[in-house]
Amino acid sequence: MPRISADLTFADRLGSWRVRWGIGRMNYIVPPGLYAVGRPNSDSPVLVTANYKKSYDSVRSVLAERDCWILVLETYGINVWCAAGKGTFGTEELIRRIGASELTKVVSHRQLVLPVLGAAGVAAHKVKKETGFNIRYAAIRAKDIPQYLDSGMRTAPAMREITFTTWERVVLIPMEFVEALKPTAIAAALLFFITAMLQDRNAGFLAVCGYVGAVAAGAAGTPLLLPWLPGRSFAFKGVLTGSIWSIIFYMLAGGSGWSRFMALAAFMILPAVSAFYALNFTGCTPFTSRSGVKKEMKVALPAMACALLAGIAIAITGMAI
Amino acid sequence: MKGFKYLRNVTTLKMDSGKCINCSKCIEVCPHHVFALNGDKVTIINLDSCMECGACAKNCPAAALHVDSGVGCAAGLITEWLRDHRLLAKVECC
Ligand code: SF4
Ligand code: SF4
Repeated sequence: MPRISADLTFADRLGSWRVRWGIGRMNYIVPPGLYAVGRPNSDSPVLVTANYKKSYDSVRSVLAERDCWILVLETYGINVWCAAGKGTFGTEELIRRIGASELTKVVSHRQLVLPVLGAAGVAAHKVKKETGFNIRYAAIRAKDIPQYLDSGMRTAPAMREITFTTWERVVLIPMEFVEALKPTAIAAALLFFITAMLQDRNAGFLAVCGYVGAVAAGAAGTPLLLPWLPGRSFAFKGVLTGSIWSIIFYMLAGGSGWSRFMALAAFMILPAVSAFYALNFTGCTPFTSRSGVKKEMKVALPAMACALLAGIAIAITGMAI
Repeated sequence: MKGFKYLRNVTTLKMDSGKCINCSKCIEVCPHHVFALNGDKVTIINLDSCMECGACAKNCPAAALHVDSGVGCAAGLITEWLRDHRLLAKVECC
């Protein structure tokens, strides 16, 4: 049985920074199985987590000075929330892992402590039926585990209310950038060549700046300003941050010197680009629903496409005359 | 959830009160306080807060809850649409 420490080392922290930026994300996993923290015995609680190292680290780091078992499930390096949605942090894997680790021989009680956000993948009554283990969904955040254990395994309402603080949003932005990188690079290159061909290189460079700024306004500006942007629709919030960026860009890039066509094209295209990236952020938020995103997309995607095409047509007309 | 509200009247969550045995499991797993115990009956008190994560339906021992859960990001939904229309082979998300 591997015995592990509750202390996070510098290497753990560096690793977690790298994962946020998507560097070597797939290698950042913990072998699934049963681990001992401190000197647990057959009465010690069993905490279940994913084999994404950040999930596992966040659990073990709050267990300093405690004796616990940690059962790590094979989620292929994905965190509890996403893995539960995919079903890898799920009923079958939990039942399999209980068997493989011979948990019934290690502990005398029949209780497992799971993160609340894992519930989307695990059917507690099925696990109970197959293995005899009772599942208790303890808390959403690992930092509440000590309080949960100390209060005789009782969950206070706040421990199962999801939050989306500024910091919780900020840490998601790097991945948004990494995912936007490739399409943005392609679009920027195209934009540069076309504009440089029709006009000149300066114009091409300017167009790329405007575009990249619009992507950033959608993928970073919207998540950051989320609670303060009015409206419920993410596409609408994206149009707002995109419009703010358009105004800033207009002022910084000497917009008063542009032709009327160019200005109009910029104000049509840039907000549409931001709106797309803002809408995509719904995949990372813990309060948007699939049906809601579907409904938004039905209206927003055609609107974005129209704005984009109209903007391009206006820009080309402007350059031609 | 304080400070964050998404679209109204969109969730596909349905509760069959006839089947419900009032075990409170859905209250335990829902991260948005959609359910509450009203006397000795479990009811939906906050339908519009539902994010369709599927946790309640998955853990309901009486199969009294139904919700269409799954991928919720624009890119994922586009890929899913493309796959459904046989324009794309595999789906990757998250
Ligand atoms: S989990 Fe199902 S049976 Fe239990 S209270 Fe909720 S709806 Fe009723
Ligand atoms: S689907 Fe998720 S958010 Fe909606 S009611 Fe069920 S547990 Fe709550």
